[in-house]
Amino acid sequence: MSALTKISNFFMTPAMKIAMIVAALLFPFVAGNEYQIYVMALAFVWAIAVYGMNIITGLCGQLNLAHGGFFAMGAYALAILTVDHGWAFWPAFIAAGAVGAILGFLVGVISLRLKEHYFAIFTLCVGFIIYLLLDKWEELTHGALGIINIPAPSGFGLVDFTETTPFYYLALAFMVLSIWLASRIAHSLLGRTFLAIRISDDLAASLGINLMRNKVLAFVLSTTYASVAGALYAGMVRFIGPAEAEVTHTFDMITYLLVGGIGTLMGPLLGTLVITWLTQSLQFLEEYRMIVFGPMLVVLVIFFPKGVVGSFLSWRGRRLAAAHDASQAKEKAASNTSSSKSSAASTQEAGNHA
Amino acid sequence: MLKIHNLTKRFGGLAAVNNVSIEFEANKINAIIGPNGAGKSTFFNLVAGAMAPTEGRIEYQGMDITGMACDRIARLGIARTFQTTMLFDQSTVLDNLIVGHRLRTQSRLWDVIINSKRLRDEEKKCRARAQEVLDFVGLSHIGHRITADISQEEKKRVAFALALATDPELVLLDEPAGGINPEETENLAALIRKMVDHGVTVCLIEHKMDMIMSLADKIMVIDHGEKIAEGTPDEVKNNPLVIEAYLGSDEDAAA
Repeated sequence: MSALTKISNFFMTPAMKIAMIVAALLFPFVAGNEYQIYVMALAFVWAIAVYGMNIITGLCGQLNLAHGGFFAMGAYALAILTVDHGWAFWPAFIAAGAVGAILGFLVGVISLRLKEHYFAIFTLCVGFIIYLLLDKWEELTHGALGIINIPAPSGFGLVDFTETTPFYYLALAFMVLSIWLASRIAHSLLGRTFLAIRISDDLAASLGINLMRNKVLAFVLSTTYASVAGALYAGMVRFIGPAEAEVTHTFDMITYLLVGGIGTLMGPLLGTLVITWLTQSLQFLEEYRMIVFGPMLVVLVIFFPKGVVGSFLSWRGRRLAAAHDASQAKEKAASNTSSSKSSAASTQEAGNHA
Repeated sequence: MLKIHNLTKRFGGLAAVNNVSIEFEANKINAIIGPNGAGKSTFFNLVAGAMAPTEGRIEYQGMDITGMACDRIARLGIARTFQTTMLFDQSTVLDNLIVGHRLRTQSRLWDVIINSKRLRDEEKKCRARAQEVLDFVGLSHIGHRITADISQEEKKRVAFALALATDPELVLLDEPAGGINPEETENLAALIRKMVDHGVTVCLIEHKMDMIMSLADKIMVIDHGEKIAEGTPDEVKNNPLVIEAYLGSDEDAAA
């Protein structure tokens, strides 16, 4: 077995997962400063939302452009309940997730009647309506001022989540949980059902799949992910404004998905981390960093349309198939020649003697 | 098995299918032929529930299925393939087939979260069924390949297998031999016959006349949305209306 095969096989093993988690656990100890830990924790929070987007867009094939809006909804639900109504963090956190699920259901039932581009345009509008609500409904949302003094997650006297490092571990825990659930879904019959819808509505329906029920389920799962991520975000930055609902966040998340690999399991995480750190390292270029980003993204979309993880998986899939074919051919050849082997062997021996 | 009464589908002023009545018998190969744009695919879409008819009635095994949703019809045992094969290119052939049996399973989100026994059993069942249909269409040797890398004929077979994985009693094949060479067409015809031998009723749309004439038990000819003939291949071949529809009449030639 070549070294390349060994390495690529290792990526797919449970050992790889453990190695990644260990690396994430050790990161605060090797990070140069607290700011880097903060950036990483923020990336994890975004990654949770991107995993949600991956369910509706990556698995189910419906381009939801209201995703950033649902992220902001989660953040606002938590902020309003804790700051204005005096709820404790964790009950408000659960409520924020529920708000995301319920709103997702209501929006999903209406918007998923539309297909393809029409669905994307409709959800773009939904995202903008959410932004307008947050910006204009001052009695509820404090309007353009935003909401300040949002409490950090309560550590029940054991840990202080206002500190960066404890929050980092909290974000990590939620992200691992999110990936675990995403993996369960993706590898189950449910994930396969979503994927059939992604291939084609007509095909899925002809296979007896109830389109509306499954699409709404995928949508609700994705908005729940988004609002949970939003609630964590509010507990981390502790100040939010209507800008959280701007559509640029949605497009950022699409970029993370495309770079990492849409519809893959590790793509959302990889894409989020790569882009976050790339943005950080290009900080000195300020707005001009888009000059670097733009061409890179174009090159990526042209040469690796499946993203980093997607390209890796198809490369590996082809190698495995080729290896399988080769071993089958060998077996066949072996069984064909087994009868004539003995005579061949004796001739060989004779030759050697000579 | 399938009885169609006065089926009509109008798009605005155009009647794509006009007052068609026909009966398809179980365990037979039934073919629908007709010039391009005659309304064959619309007829299929009506039977499969992809669109609701304007008028008429569709009866399947004595049950009225007119206007029923596509996925319900599939669960009743009517499967179909499409003119363009739709498969997930990035996964393996076998992986593509597993979802085919999903309609015979019950697992929901909760089963997925707790990884219930029901889910594990049903996944095993779906995988076994996928392997079975892959063997049936003669492709078990390429189950591990990435779907993007297999030939057009193999893709057609995979599409057949996917339809068969739903455990259908009636399969609607929309131009199964489109875009493949004559030798492959013969192999595919053999596969269709094998399906019927295993108790599946087949109804197909096809343009390749050689294939239809040697394969079909019964042929319906549609032109401009109307049924102009039905019968055995020999009856249809000699029907003047059919000859006119395909070759044009003398009057047309004169004009």
